[in-house]
Amino acid sequence: MSTTESQYIDIYEKYSDTIFKNGVAVMNDCRQIAFDYFKDNGFPHSRAELYRHSKIKELFDFDYGLNLNRVKFPTSNNLFHCDVPINSYLCFLVDEAFYLPEKSKLEWDDLAKKGVLIGSIREMAQKYPDLVASYYHKAYGEKMDALVAFNTMFSQDGFFFYVPDGVVIDNPIQLICVSNANLPSISNPRNLVVVGDNAKASVLMCAHSLSNVESLSNTVTEVFVGENAHFDYYKLESTNAKSVSLSSFVLKQKGNSNVLINDMTLQNGFSRNNISVDLEGEGAELTLCGMVIGDSEQHTDNHTVVNHNVPNCVSKELFKYVLNDASKGAFSGRVFVAKDAQKTAAYQTNKNICVGKDAKMFTEPQLEIYADDVKCSHGASTGQMDETALFYLRSRGIPEAEAKMLLMFAFVNDVIENIRIDSLQDKIKLMVEKRFRGESSLCKGCNACK
Amino acid sequence: MLLKLKNCCKFRWRVVSDNNLEYRYMLSIKNLHASVNGKEILRGINLEINPGEVHAIMGPNGSGKSTLSSVLAGNPAFTVTEGEVLFNGKDLLALSPEARSCEGLFLSFQYPVEIPGVSMVNFMRAAVNEHRKYNGLPPMSASDFLKMMREKKEVVELDNKLANRSVNEGFSGGEKKRNEIFQMAVLEPKLSILDETDSGLDIDALRIVASGVNKLKSKDNASIVITHYQRLLDYIVPDFVHVLYKGKIVKSAGKELALELEERGYDWIKKELGENF
Repeated sequence: MSTTESQYIDIYEKYSDTIFKNGVAVMNDCRQIAFDYFKDNGFPHSRAELYRHSKIKELFDFDYGLNLNRVKFPTSNNLFHCDVPINSYLCFLVDEAFYLPEKSKLEWDDLAKKGVLIGSIREMAQKYPDLVASYYHKAYGEKMDALVAFNTMFSQDGFFFYVPDGVVIDNPIQLICVSNANLPSISNPRNLVVVGDNAKASVLMCAHSLSNVESLSNTVTEVFVGENAHFDYYKLESTNAKSVSLSSFVLKQKGNSNVLINDMTLQNGFSRNNISVDLEGEGAELTLCGMVIGDSEQHTDNHTVVNHNVPNCVSKELFKYVLNDASKGAFSGRVFVAKDAQKTAAYQTNKNICVGKDAKMFTEPQLEIYADDVKCSHGASTGQMDETALFYLRSRGIPEAEAKMLLMFAFVNDVIENIRIDSLQDKIKLMVEKRFRGESSLCKGCNACK
Repeated sequence: MLLKLKNCCKFRWRVVSDNNLEYRYMLSIKNLHASVNGKEILRGINLEINPGEVHAIMGPNGSGKSTLSSVLAGNPAFTVTEGEVLFNGKDLLALSPEARSCEGLFLSFQYPVEIPGVSMVNFMRAAVNEHRKYNGLPPMSASDFLKMMREKKEVVELDNKLANRSVNEGFSGGEKKRNEIFQMAVLEPKLSILDETDSGLDIDALRIVASGVNKLKSKDNASIVITHYQRLLDYIVPDFVHVLYKGKIVKSAGKELALELEERGYDWIKKELGENF
């Protein structure tokens, strides 16, 4: 074990009293298993196949602090003021701590009456220990990974969202995740979403950074979607060059459920997103899409795994990257079709354009099929901007910069069109257009991002 | 040989010799040489066009017809190695493709490009407003723009639905060409270059496209019609017919030349020029 890991192992051993004291029972119960895993395996080394393009271990070499004592960094009141022009239930995750603003555009009470639970995972684990314990860390297990283990060891808070069977929530829950620490630090937010049978809900997670120092967030999000349920999950990252964002997202989908995941990286420093989906009931449908807009030296690596464990499921995957300057993108997507998962339909597409001369893209589409009656496809393409299309637009009087913007926008448009909330779709279009024009893509409607 | 050429284009000859008269032309091309990937395609083109004129350019495959239109429109894939082009007195070759368009030059593409994700409406609105900006006008209001789109669509009997789709995406060959003429109607160019607009068209579509072009014709604008066949010229009647061969205009005459070419092909011209041309 190298010094990178041993410093964190030492911290855990030395301060485990503090960690346990500040943590809650449900979360504490899982720490030891995670620690054992981490101690045995450490961070993936630089030759590990799954992390070939993202050197995780080196990221943790940096001298970050871990906020074990749950010290609150000063926050401005502005942080909690938000008037994003979409109708949403608004809540915040500042570093690792969850806040529910007193005032929200939509009333929390309406949700509470329906039996919806929303709040800090810490508080919920105290109030409803059995409920939280029956889901917490259950999506992992054999699938443990260094980042998940690290999060499980140290995490103390996060977002908890429980939708009881049959409850329909039309408007999205908007979770604004901000890193606000004024010292270089690691945060380990832990999110848990449970959508009951026949329920319907959507979550928009906006990741921003208010700190001007190095920050690393190592998020783990577990999502359980019940039978016949509908769930939309939008993640929008708009942070800064000093942000390292590591995200592990795992989804378990039951029969006839319909889930949309749209992971959009507009502005960032270094990001690695692990998305893993298990289709566990027949008739489940998944749309998994994402886009990346990179410039300067941004690094974005999306790794997706879709497991068709049962027959008759559909998955559609689409990732698009536009890389400017010397930005770097990586995509590795694996679709796994189990032996008995007949009548599976799985489609995976990854398309990229390297606009910048020094931009680099690495793509690895993978299909692993053990069933014999399936419809599967995968495809990846990486190229430059279409010169003939560019000339066509220019020949009609549209200036080169504007024409490029139109083409880049058109390129990612089909990812944006997957958004099932109209007002959000409009807003993202605006943000993307601004981003391509070189203006800040931060949403102007929301003080958290100003 | 030289004498013969001089005789058949007296008009041109007189003017080239008198530099002071240049400004009179809408377009004046002098000794234009252009190459692509180091290979010379245009080897000294001379051509003058006045407002109100229709010039047809014909010629065998590979003679440089499409290269000429690309070079005039400013396609960066081609390099101009020699010569000059004046458009309304301005040095055309010094202008960017977008500035050429705003100055009033329009190229109807032989192969219109499909651009998924960019809707026709957004595309045309951007183009129209850039033209207006270039001419110091404020952007057009949304209602005026839509009204204009409706009117112009009728010129080429363009389906309403096409305008809401992505640029040329999934359009049939005929729809693509009609869409080109529609754009021409919207942008109202001074000089339009129709690069093999007839190729890939059935007879009905050909008639619609040609009548669209004729509707747009006025005494103030001019067209260059590049075509392989006489058929299109039955509909769009040229004032001059030029034969382009091996990168040079080797013969110019009135519209009767097109008929002669249809009948006799190009071999007699090649023979006239000799093997060493």
